[in-house]
Amino acid sequence: MLKTLLPSRFIVERDPDRCIQCQVCVRQCGFDVHYYDAEDDVVRARDEQCVACHRCVAYCPTDALTIRKNPLSYRDNFNWRPETIEDIIKQAETGGILLTGMGNDKSYPIYWDHLVLNASQVTNPSIDPLREPMELRTYLGRRPDSVEIDWETGRLKTSLTPLVPLEVPVMFSAISYGAISLNVHESLARAAREAGTLFNTGEGGLHRSLYQYGPNTTVQVASGRFGVHSEYLDVARMIEIKIGQGAKPGIGGHLPGEKVSAEVAKTRMIPRGTDALSPAPHHDIYSIEDLSQLIYALKEATNYTKPVSVKIAAVHNSAAIASGIVRAGADIVAIDGLRGATGAAPKMIRDNVGIPIELALASVDQRLREEGIRNRASIVCAGGIRNSADVVKAIALGADAVYIGTAALIAIGCHVCQACHTGRCSWGITTTNDYLVKRINPDIAAQRLVNLLRAWSLEIKEMLGGMGVNALESLRGNRLHLRGVGLTDTELEILGVRMAGS
Amino acid sequence: MQSKTMANPYNPYGDDKVIAACSIFGMMDTSGRRFSGADVTRAIANMHDRGNGLGGGFGVYGIYPEHADKYALHIMFEDSLTRRDVEAFLRDSFHIAYAEEVPTRPARGIVNPPVVWRYFVSLNDRRPGDLTEDDLVVQKIMQINTTFSAACVFSSGKNMGVFKGVGYPEDISAFFRLDEYEGYLWTAHGRFPTNTKGWWGGAHPFSILDWTVVHNGEISSYGINRRYLEMFGYHCTMHTDTEVVAYAVDLLLRRHNLPMEIAAKVFAPPLWSRIDRLEEGSAERALLTTLRQVYSSLLLNGPFTVIIAHEGEMIGLTDRIRLRPLIAGTKGDVLYLSSEEAAIRLICPDLEQAWSPMGGEPIVGRLKTDKQRKTAPAKEWAVV
Amino acid sequence: MDNATDLINRSGSTVEIDATGVYYRDLNTVLRNVCSGDVERIELRNVCGQRYIGTDLGRQVNIDIHGTPGNDLGAFMDGPRITVRGNAQDGCGNTMNEGQIVVHGHAGDITGFAMRGGKIFIRDNVGYRVGIHMKQYLSKVPWLVIGGTAQDFLGEYMAGGLLVVLGLNLKEGESHKANFIGTGMHAGVMYIRGSVAKEQLGKEVGAVELEEQDRRILGDLVGEFASHFGYDAGHILAGKFTKLVPLSLRPYGRLYAY
Repeated sequence: MLKTLLPSRFIVERDPDRCIQCQVCVRQCGFDVHYYDAEDDVVRARDEQCVACHRCVAYCPTDALTIRKNPLSYRDNFNWRPETIEDIIKQAETGGILLTGMGNDKSYPIYWDHLVLNASQVTNPSIDPLREPMELRTYLGRRPDSVEIDWETGRLKTSLTPLVPLEVPVMFSAISYGAISLNVHESLARAAREAGTLFNTGEGGLHRSLYQYGPNTTVQVASGRFGVHSEYLDVARMIEIKIGQGAKPGIGGHLPGEKVSAEVAKTRMIPRGTDALSPAPHHDIYSIEDLSQLIYALKEATNYTKPVSVKIAAVHNSAAIASGIVRAGADIVAIDGLRGATGAAPKMIRDNVGIPIELALASVDQRLREEGIRNRASIVCAGGIRNSADVVKAIALGADAVYIGTAALIAIGCHVCQACHTGRCSWGITTTNDYLVKRINPDIAAQRLVNLLRAWSLEIKEMLGGMGVNALESLRGNRLHLRGVGLTDTELEILGVRMAGS
Repeated sequence: MQSKTMANPYNPYGDDKVIAACSIFGMMDTSGRRFSGADVTRAIANMHDRGNGLGGGFGVYGIYPEHADKYALHIMFEDSLTRRDVEAFLRDSFHIAYAEEVPTRPARGIVNPPVVWRYFVSLNDRRPGDLTEDDLVVQKIMQINTTFSAACVFSSGKNMGVFKGVGYPEDISAFFRLDEYEGYLWTAHGRFPTNTKGWWGGAHPFSILDWTVVHNGEISSYGINRRYLEMFGYHCTMHTDTEVVAYAVDLLLRRHNLPMEIAAKVFAPPLWSRIDRLEEGSAERALLTTLRQVYSSLLLNGPFTVIIAHEGEMIGLTDRIRLRPLIAGTKGDVLYLSSEEAAIRLICPDLEQAWSPMGGEPIVGRLKTDKQRKTAPAKEWAVV
Repeated sequence: MDNATDLINRSGSTVEIDATGVYYRDLNTVLRNVCSGDVERIELRNVCGQRYIGTDLGRQVNIDIHGTPGNDLGAFMDGPRITVRGNAQDGCGNTMNEGQIVVHGHAGDITGFAMRGGKIFIRDNVGYRVGIHMKQYLSKVPWLVIGGTAQDFLGEYMAGGLLVVLGLNLKEGESHKANFIGTGMHAGVMYIRGSVAKEQLGKEVGAVELEEQDRRILGDLVGEFASHFGYDAGHILAGKFTKLVPLSLRPYGRLYAY
C-alpha cells in the first residue's frame, strides 16, 4: 500500500508543559490518533487520523490538548478547492465511492435563517407563559373532515382512527440500531417516554430489551425489512415505512460489516460481520399502488390499531408525491430535507441530491390544502432542525411536528465530526464496538435528552406567548406569523410568506 | 378553472408531469367474435384497490361496424356553446356522416360529467397535397384540443372508441352503458393519480387515431422521451407519460414502419450485457445494437406495463426488468392481459394457460382473420 | 360486516367460508374472528383477488384456499399453514415469519420477499425478484422451494435461508432463464436443478459442487416438496444440482473510500 498523499486535515496540539503523560487521550481516541511512545516516554499523535471529534480535548485532565485545522495552504483556486483536490486523491488511491457521515455540510441557503417570527405589540396581547397555560400537545394521524353527533343522545358518533399524542412536538428521528449503539437507542427510548414523545427505531429492528418502550416507539419498515415481524409491529405506537432519507434520497442504506456485532446480527436477523444492505427501493414497491398495498398490509398486520407514517426525502416532486402518499392511505407523511443526516452516505449524494426542507414542507402543506386532503394526514418535518426557533418556524410553515436526529446526538456528546460511517466514534454513539459503546450511559444520556426537550419546550412557549397564542395548534400552518428577509419573490411565493415589513 | 377539466391538462401546480399508477386489463377474441363490456368491467372492478377513483376508462374495437370506414370522433364538451363552435369547425374540416350524443345513464360516483358526443366523419375534398388522411385527422384533433378549452377529442379511430372519465372504471362503464356495446377487443384502466383531483381528459386510455394505450407505472425518462417526440411534431399536451407511449408507438409503427416486436425492443431494449454476449457479427446483435444507438431517446426507463391496442391487435409490454406486473391468460381464441391474475380468473376460471412474460418481451394478440396485417416477418430478428 | 355469519359454515373444528365478492378487509376480519376460537381448519371458497390472507392470525391453523388469492398472501404471517388450490399472485409470503404456504400452481413476483422463517412450496413457476432479502438466524431458517423455474433477480441480496429451484417443467436441454441470480447475496444457499450458465449469475455468487451435507438438506427439502404435490422425490434428486453460495460475507466491502 502506498503512503497516502492526503495531507492531515487537523493538527493535534499538545502543550508539553501541561501534559502529564497520563494517556487518557490514548484510551479515549477511537481513531488511534494518540499513542504512547515508550522509548521516549512521551505521548504522540498521528495527526492524519484525527477527525476533530474533541473527545481527547474534553477528557484531558490537564487541558493540554487542542485541535487545529491544518493551515497547509494551497494555491488559491475557487474551482479546485482543497476538499475537491483531496477527494480526487482519495478516489485515485482507493477506486471507491466517497463515503461520509452526518448531513450536507455545503453552503446551500438555510431558509430558517431567512424567516423571522412575529410578536404581539399593543393591538393584541402577548401572553406570559410562566403564568398562563401553554399547550404544546399534538396529535399525529388521520382525521375525518367533520365530527358527527347523535342528535338523540348528544353523544359522539365519530370514532377516530388511532392518533398518537405528543407532549412536545419534537420526536427523535429514525436512527437504526447498528448505526448507533444499543445504549444510544435505550437513551432515546427512555427520554421519549419521560418527555412524552416518540423515538424511532430506524430500519435495523428493535432490540428485545427495548420492547418495554413500545408505547413511545415508532418502528420502521424499510427495504431490507430488518427485524420486521408481527411482534415488532405490535409493540409499537406507530409504524413508519421508510421510502427515503434526506441525506441520501434515492439510494439505500448500507451498514458496514464492522458494525454488525452479534446483537445487531440477531436483531436484524443477518449474519454477524456481513454488510447489512437496504436497497434503494422496497422490492415490493415500484409504484404508488404498491405503497398503498404495503400501508394496508401493515394495517392488516396490526388490525388497524396503529397509524402508518411514510417517510420520504424532500425531492423535486415532493408535493405530488406527498399527495399520492396521503391518497394511498398514510396517516402521517414525514419529509426529510437536504440537510438531514445519516450514519453513512455517499458524499456526492449527500451533498447534491434533494431540496431544502423549508421549501418542501411549504409546498407539501400547501398542496395538501389545495386538494382538500390536509386533514387526512399529519406532516412531520425533518432534516437539520437545530433549535426551538427552527421548530416554531417549521410548525408555522405547516408541520405538525418535527424530527430531530443530529441535535439529539449532539445532546449526548456528538461533535459532528462526520465520521459515523467508520464505526469508531470516540463518543460511543455511532459504533457497536463494546469498548466504545460503554461511553454512553443511558441514565445520563436520557437525562441530557430530556433536558434538551424541556429547554426547547420552554422556549417554544415563550415564542408562542409572544405571538399571543396559548396553544400550538394556533400556530400550526399559520404563516402570517412568519416573514421573510433576504428572499426573492419566488422563494417567498413557494414558502407562502410575505416579505418582512409588508 | 372550470375549463381546465377538458382538453387542457389539469396540472394546476405545473408539475413536471402528472404522476399516476393503476390497474390495467385487456381482453381480445382473436377470432373476431364480438362481446359486450360486461366481463371487462367486472374484471377491472376486481382490482378496485389499485386505483383511487380519480380515473377510469375503456378502449374498444369493432363497435361501429355500420360506420367502419369513418373516423369516429368522441368529444367531451363542457357546455353547448362550445359544442356549437366545435361542430362548426368539424363541418368546415370534415364531412360528418352521422352525429349523436353518446348515451349515458346516471351512475354512482360520477359527478358533473361533461356532455359527450360522437361524430362519424370522413375528410372532405379540401386536403393539402402531401399529407395522408391520418396525418390530417391528427392535425385537426390537435387543433381542436389546443383551440377549444372546453372541449376534448378523446377518441378518433375507425370502428373503435374510447370511453373514459373521472370515477372508478366500473362506474365509468355504467355511466357509458358499456354493457350495451360489443367489440372484439377491450382494454380497461383504473387510475391512481397521485397529485390532482383527476380530470376527464386525463383518464386512460390515451389515444391517437385508433391507437390506444393504458399504462401502469411511471416513466422516469419522460423528459427526454418527450423532447425527442417533439422533434417529430408531436405535442405532449397532456403532461403524462402515457401520452408519450401513444405517440412513440405511432411514430415507430405508423411512420417508421416497424413491426411491434421491434418497437418493443426500442421501448424495453435488452441490457448491453446481454447484447454483448451475442455472437459478434450476428444479425441479432447488429439489430439490437443499432436500435439502441438510433432510438436511445425512446428507451422507456422506469417501471411500466402498457397495453397498446389498435385495429386487430393488442400488445402487452413491461419495462425490461418488469417492475410492474403483467399476467397473460388464454382460453380458446381469447387472450387476456391483466395486472392481477384474479381479475382474469373472475371472468374465466378455467384458463388454458396463464403466465407472466419476461421483462421487455411483448405479448401480442392478432385477429386470425386479418391476413393483411404486417407481422414480424423473419424469425431470426424476431428476438426472443 | 353485518352478515358475516351468512358466509360461514361450521362443522366440528372445520369452518367453511364463501368468499364470493367479499372485500378483503371484511374477509380478514371474519378470519380473525374465526381464529379467535378453537377452529383447526378453514376452507376458503371462491377466493378471487382478496389481499393479505393469513396476515394477522398469529397461530397455527390450516387454511385451504380455493381460487386465486390476491397480493401479499401471508404477508408478515406468523403461524398459519396455507394451501392454495390454484395460483398465487405477487408478494406471496412477504416478510413471513412462521408457518407454511403451499401453492398448487404458480406464484408471482417477489415471492418470499424478506422471508424470516417458515416454508413456502410453489409447484410451478415464480416471477421476478423471488426470495430477495431472505434472512436467517441460528436455527431459524426459511425454506423456499420452487418446482418450476424463476425469472430475473432470483435470491438477490439474500442474507440467509434455503432457496431451491427444481426446473421440473423445463424441457430436455432447456436451461433456466433467470438472469442476475443472487446479485448481492451475502448468506444463505441456493440449489438450482438443471443448467444455469455462469453469465446468469450475479457477480457476488459462485457455483460450487454439492457435498454430503447438501444432499442431506436437499433430501429434506425435496422430500417435503414432493410429498405436497405427489412427485417422486428420488427422481427429482437424481437430477443435476448446482449449489450457489455468496463469494463473500461482505460483497460490497470494497465499494467505498473512507
